[in-house]
Amino acid sequence: MQPLHLLDSQVRSLRQQVQSTETQLRNLKIQLQQAEQQCEAARQLEEAWAGGFPHEWINETLAALSPEAHQAVGQESQPQSTHGRWPLESEEYKRYGRQMILPEVGLHGQLRLKKARVLIVGAGGLGCPAAAYLAGAGVGTLGLVDGDTVEISNLHRQVAHGTDRVGMSKVDSAVEYLTSLNPRVNYQRHPYHLTPQTAISLFEQYDLVLDCTDHPTSRYLISDTCVLTSKPLVSASALKTEGQLIVLNNPPLPPGSSNGGPCYRCVFPRPPPADSVLSCGEGGILGPVVGLMGVLQALEAIKLLTAQPSPSSTLEPPKPTLLIFSAYSTPPFRSVRLRTRRADCAACSSVASITSQSLTSGSLDYVAFCGGTSPLDLLPPHARVSAAEFARQPRDGTNTLIDVRDETQYSMCALRGSVNVPWTGDAESWAQAAALREEISAAGKACYVVCRMGNDSQLAARALMERGLGADGGVRHIEGGFRAWREEVDPGWPEY
Amino acid sequence: MASTIPVKIEFTGGLEILFSHQRSHKIALPSSDPSTNQPANVGFLIDWLCKNLMKDPREDMFVLEGTVRPGILVLINDADWELEGQEAYELQAGDEVVFVSTLHGG
Repeated sequence: MQPLHLLDSQVRSLRQQVQSTETQLRNLKIQLQQAEQQCEAARQLEEAWAGGFPHEWINETLAALSPEAHQAVGQESQPQSTHGRWPLESEEYKRYGRQMILPEVGLHGQLRLKKARVLIVGAGGLGCPAAAYLAGAGVGTLGLVDGDTVEISNLHRQVAHGTDRVGMSKVDSAVEYLTSLNPRVNYQRHPYHLTPQTAISLFEQYDLVLDCTDHPTSRYLISDTCVLTSKPLVSASALKTEGQLIVLNNPPLPPGSSNGGPCYRCVFPRPPPADSVLSCGEGGILGPVVGLMGVLQALEAIKLLTAQPSPSSTLEPPKPTLLIFSAYSTPPFRSVRLRTRRADCAACSSVASITSQSLTSGSLDYVAFCGGTSPLDLLPPHARVSAAEFARQPRDGTNTLIDVRDETQYSMCALRGSVNVPWTGDAESWAQAAALREEISAAGKACYVVCRMGNDSQLAARALMERGLGADGGVRHIEGGFRAWREEVDPGWPEY
Repeated sequence: MASTIPVKIEFTGGLEILFSHQRSHKIALPSSDPSTNQPANVGFLIDWLCKNLMKDPREDMFVLEGTVRPGILVLINDADWELEGQEAYELQAGDEVVFVSTLHGG
């Protein structure tokens, strides 16, 4: 048996060797990817040439496209064509001609789109329009990830789904729509939610990723995976009447390369407090707002995919920007300069702590990182009442129903005789507003508090109890709010 | 004599609900921080906004642990404040500071 200190140093040295070999492997993979891209560009040109590109132009064009590509082609003596006279089929010229005649696209751009594999994570308000425009533009392979099924409340904005497909998997529904739009695209279905364990092997099958999800948890996971697999990421989000768009990890250089584009963690190293995160179901969303952001994602993807590959030596440092859209501001668009890569970023810096192993092993807990929200349970049993119990209370003026939804929701539907005191988010100011209402401050009346889901009503009931308001008649909140009211008492109550 | 500098402030991404539901504000910021006698910087501005412009008592929706809470981007004249020196950036007359809360819906 060797002495402990020798074994220790052996472990240390092996660990160092493993680390340096891993770094070497990662760099080799990046080099391979770049070489493949250059080779691809060269091959496309060969095909273009076979389709009538004059022979004497080819070297000149290749040189302009990329010096490396030129060399790669120079080594092949005879260009080969697999397509006959023209590189695209005749229907493709008709289908894509209106974008191909733009100098920004051209034949080369169209061939690059055809070779491209794009992964769209989320087939909702962003993913539907993004997928539609990318399919229409002739992207070769389009992968869709979503574990949800279509609901009728999705249809005002999720334009790839339809009324007759409510209940169907969103991925299947979207592929049905997209196939009718453009059957030439190879659609890949991934009808499940993205997980850290499977994300890397999935992303490796694609060239570019669109984040069309709706939660910080998935946004960090997608960004980390894009860094680890060297994929550029087009990320967008929307809520109420506003939207945001960023292109991240572009260029997708290995962690530690300061010329690579920043990742989501560079811009947002810490997640927002969980209770500050609103979903579209809670906060609301205007269809064209999220649609616009999804269309812009497709546009950024087309720009990235059709761009001429440039040799890494001439790469300019990234100039990352964030586009902010605000439907009711003038002007509605604002583009702002963002920081570059963060020197201590947990994902893309030279001191990154997030590795492929930490993802695939499941040791990275994204839900814990972003902080989960648990259902509110603030009140003792005597201060709670079910919707069915409330329905049995006399309607003789001995009790008051306080509806704490905002005015917009209250004016959509309300119970006759109820009093609307919108929850302000703050117990003190809300209780002040409530105390001004005679129905609440009057002696001897029982107070029932209701809201949409049964959370704000607990906060409001507690605010009353702590201030002794409605104390003699008792204060209760209605469990589950109007959702429970609809389920237990009145099926005709509007579900929204 | 307390001089002031004009600064444009904008709140977006939902932060406006903390500031009387108003996105754009034109403020007259004291040109120096009375506690340090140094020229007004963005750190002072954030503190001043909490004390003078915020109408909602939920200060932790805007400031946590002495700076803007995670998930808020601060933009000085359309650039991430990290490009401009963050809290230490000294405000000039006519500067525009935008506070953006990140959105997550999709």
